[in-house]
Amino acid sequence: MRFTDEFRDASMVKTVLEEIRRTVTRPWVLMEICGGQTHAIMRYGLDQLLPPEVELVHGPGCPVCVTPLELIDKALAIAARPDVIFTSFGDMLRVPGSQADLFSIRARGGQVRVVYSPLDAVRIAQENPDHQVVFFAIGFETTAPANAASVIQAKALGLKNYSILASHVCVPPAMHAILGSPANRIQGFLAAGHVCSVMGTWEYPPIAAQYQVPIVVTGFEPLDLLNGILMTLRQLEAGKAGVENAYPRVVTERGNVAAQKMILQVFEPCDRQWRGIGLIPMSGLGLRAEMEEFDAEKRFSVSGIQTRESELCIAGQVLQGLKKPHHCPAFGRQCTPETPLGAPMVSSEGACSAYFRYHREEA
Amino acid sequence: MTSENVTMQGPVCPLPISHYDHIMLGHGSGGKMTHDLVKRLFASAFNNEALAAGDDSASLPLPAAAQLEGRLSFTTDSHIVSPLFFPGGDIGRLAVCGTVNDLCMLGAEPLYLTAGFILEEGLSIEILQRVVRAMQAAAIEAGVQIVAGDTKVVEKGKADGLFINTAGLGWIPAGRHISGSLARPGDVVLISGSLGDHGMAVLTARGELGLETGIQSDVAPLNSLIAAVLKAAPNTHVLRDPTRGGLGTTLNEIAAQSKISIWLDETAIPVSPAVRSACEMLGFDPLYVANEGKVIVILPAAEAQAGLAAMKQHPLGQSAAKIGEIKEGSAGRVQLRTAFGSTRILDMLAGEMLPRIC
Amino acid sequence: MCLAVPGKIVSIYTSGAMRMCKIDFGGVVREACIETLPEAKVGDYTIIHAGFALNILSEEEAEATLEALRQIGAFEEEDQDLIGE
Repeated sequence: MRFTDEFRDASMVKTVLEEIRRTVTRPWVLMEICGGQTHAIMRYGLDQLLPPEVELVHGPGCPVCVTPLELIDKALAIAARPDVIFTSFGDMLRVPGSQADLFSIRARGGQVRVVYSPLDAVRIAQENPDHQVVFFAIGFETTAPANAASVIQAKALGLKNYSILASHVCVPPAMHAILGSPANRIQGFLAAGHVCSVMGTWEYPPIAAQYQVPIVVTGFEPLDLLNGILMTLRQLEAGKAGVENAYPRVVTERGNVAAQKMILQVFEPCDRQWRGIGLIPMSGLGLRAEMEEFDAEKRFSVSGIQTRESELCIAGQVLQGLKKPHHCPAFGRQCTPETPLGAPMVSSEGACSAYFRYHREEA
Repeated sequence: MTSENVTMQGPVCPLPISHYDHIMLGHGSGGKMTHDLVKRLFASAFNNEALAAGDDSASLPLPAAAQLEGRLSFTTDSHIVSPLFFPGGDIGRLAVCGTVNDLCMLGAEPLYLTAGFILEEGLSIEILQRVVRAMQAAAIEAGVQIVAGDTKVVEKGKADGLFINTAGLGWIPAGRHISGSLARPGDVVLISGSLGDHGMAVLTARGELGLETGIQSDVAPLNSLIAAVLKAAPNTHVLRDPTRGGLGTTLNEIAAQSKISIWLDETAIPVSPAVRSACEMLGFDPLYVANEGKVIVILPAAEAQAGLAAMKQHPLGQSAAKIGEIKEGSAGRVQLRTAFGSTRILDMLAGEMLPRIC
Repeated sequence: MCLAVPGKIVSIYTSGAMRMCKIDFGGVVREACIETLPEAKVGDYTIIHAGFALNILSEEEAEATLEALRQIGAFEEEDQDLIGE
C-alpha cells in the first residue's frame, strides 16, 4: 500500500530509534492524545522499543471513551424504540451504559446497524422512509466534517426521518485542561495528525507558548510516530517549546478550510462533559439552532435517565495520564474487554483495552 | 464441529453465563463469547470424554466386536452464511468443505456426510438447486458421499433463505494421534497459505460496507493437502483450520489445550495485499478473520522442512510458510514478534469484529 | 481517533447533492465524499476517514519526510567513518 508501507520500514525504524537514544540525556514525559496513535503504539510495541527515559502517557484521545455516560444511556433509550433504526460506528456498540450496551439492545429486538460512514446512515434513511434513522455522531474534529456532511446531505435531500445524536469533542480544550491541571506531568505533546489534517496547526502555538510545552503534529505509522517523538525530544533537550509538523504530507498550517466551514455550517462550540474527566468548557461541538430539526436529543424526548458509573472504574485518572491501566484494581479481573466496566476497556484503542490486548504481562 | 477447549471442573452450574441473559451475535463469532457459551452451557451438560478433548471432531473407538484398530472421526456443523453466494463459493460448498475439513483435522480420511436443510418458505428452487449442485461438486472433489439427509421448511422470515446442518464420518488409521493437545516445545508452526480471504470475501459480498474487492473465498476441501503433509511428516502433532475467530483465536485454543506457549513471527504470516488493504480500511486484524481453506500444521522441528515442502507442492499450499514455534512456559499464551523486534500478546477474539473509526 | 487510510482517486462524480469519488486503496475500491476538496482530481491521493476525504496527500512532502529520515542514518554512518570506528 502506497504511502503506508514506506512508513513501516523496519530498518528505518531502527535508525530513528537509535537517534532517539542518542538524543535523550534525561527522563521526559510525553503524551499522545489520539486513540489511533495509542493503538498504533501498542500494536507495533513502540513503547517497548523506546529508551526507558521516554515515558509515553496515553491521553483522552478516544472519543468512544469520553462520550458522556448520559449520552450513551440516551442512545440506548432511542435505539430501543421500535420506530427507530439506530446507526453507529462499530466502536460504540460495546460501550457500557448504566445498564446495557447497544449490542444487548439489538439482542432484545432494537434495530441497531453498524455503518462505516455517516453518509451510509443517510442512505438507510432514504431506503426506510417509514422509520426514523438516528446516527450516533461521535468523534473528534476528524470525524466532524463527515458527520456535518450527513446533515447537509439530509437537508438537501429533504429527508424528515434523519437525525443525529451529537457528541463531538475537540482536542485543544482538552490539552488546556490537562496542561493546566496542578497534577500535570506532561512535558511534550504529540498532536493528533488526522485532527490536524482537518483543523490545521494554527490552534497550537498559543498552547505551546502558554504552557511552554513543545507540540509536534504526528502521524500514525511507526516511522511517523517515532519521528514525532524524536522531534519533540529534540525540542525538550534544547529547552524549546514550539509547534512543529512531522506529518506534512497531510497536514498544513491552515488545514482543510472547506471542511472547517462545513463543520461550522452544522455545528458550533459548546460545553461538553468528558466521561471520567468532567466538564471542559467549550470543548465540544453541538448542533446549531438552525439545524435543530436534525438533533435527535430534541426529536426524541428521552427523560428519566439515571446514570450509574461503576464505582471501581478509574477511567478518569487513566485518561488524564495520572494512572496506568494496570494500576487499576479491577484491570484484568472484573474489567476485561468482554466485561468492560468503563469505556477505555471497550474501544480497541482505549488505553485499558490496548494494554490488556498487548501488554498484559506487565500487570 | 465439536466443542472447543473445554476444561472440566467437576459438577458446575451452567448458569449464569457471564453477564448476558440473551444470545448475542458475539456468541457466534468463534471467539471468547462462543467458548464461554459452549463450555458453560453445552459441554457441561453433555459431559463426556470425546467432547472434553476439545478437537474439531470426535475421535471414537468402535465396539470390541468390530475387531478393528483405528478409530472413527465424527463431527457436525451448521451453516448459516449470508449471502448464500459469495465470490469463490457458496453455502453448499462451505457446508461440504467445512465438514470434510473438521474430519481431516484429526488425520482422518473423510468418508460420509449427511445434510439437513432448513428452508425458508419462498426460497427459489433454482437457488436451492445451485446450492445442491455445488455440494455435489465439492463432495466429488473431496472424495466423499452425502448419504443421508433431511428437509424442513419454516415460515418466511425465519431462516435467512437456507440453513444447512451436516454431520461427517471419517476413519483415523491405527497409530495416528493428532490433536490440539499434542503441541510440544520445540515444534514448528506452519500455515498452508494466506489469511483472511474467506471472511473478507463474505463481508464484501454482504454489501453493507460498500467495498469492491477482488477477494475470493478460499473455501476448499483440505484432505488431499493433509494427506500429502502426513506422508512427508508422519509425526505431525496438531492440525487445525483457522475458521471463525481466525488464526489468533485458533492458536489460543491450541495453546490452552496443549498447555504451551506459541511464538509467532509477524513478518512471516502471509496475507494477500487486497485483504490487507480492506482490513486496514475497516480497522480489522487479518489474524482474526475467518478462513475456510487453510490449515495450521504443528509438527516436530525435524519434520518441518519436509512438511512445508509437501504443502508448497500442492495446489492449495503454494503460499505455505513457517510462522512460528512452540515454547515452554506461559501456558496458553500466544505472542507475536513484530517486524521491529517488539512483542505483543495475541489474544482470542472477544466478540464480533466491527469496523471502527478509531 | 482516527483511522484514516491513503487511497488514490480513480473517478469523480456527483451523487446525492455531494461531490463523490471512487477511491482505490491497494486493490480495494470504495466510494468517498470529496465535497471539501474541490481541487482534487483523478490520480490524486487522499486520506479517507469514515467515507470522507480529509485532505489531499502531498507526494512531495511524503518523499521529503522519508528523505529526512534517511538522512538521520546517513549522518550517523558518516560520523562513524570520520571517527574511524
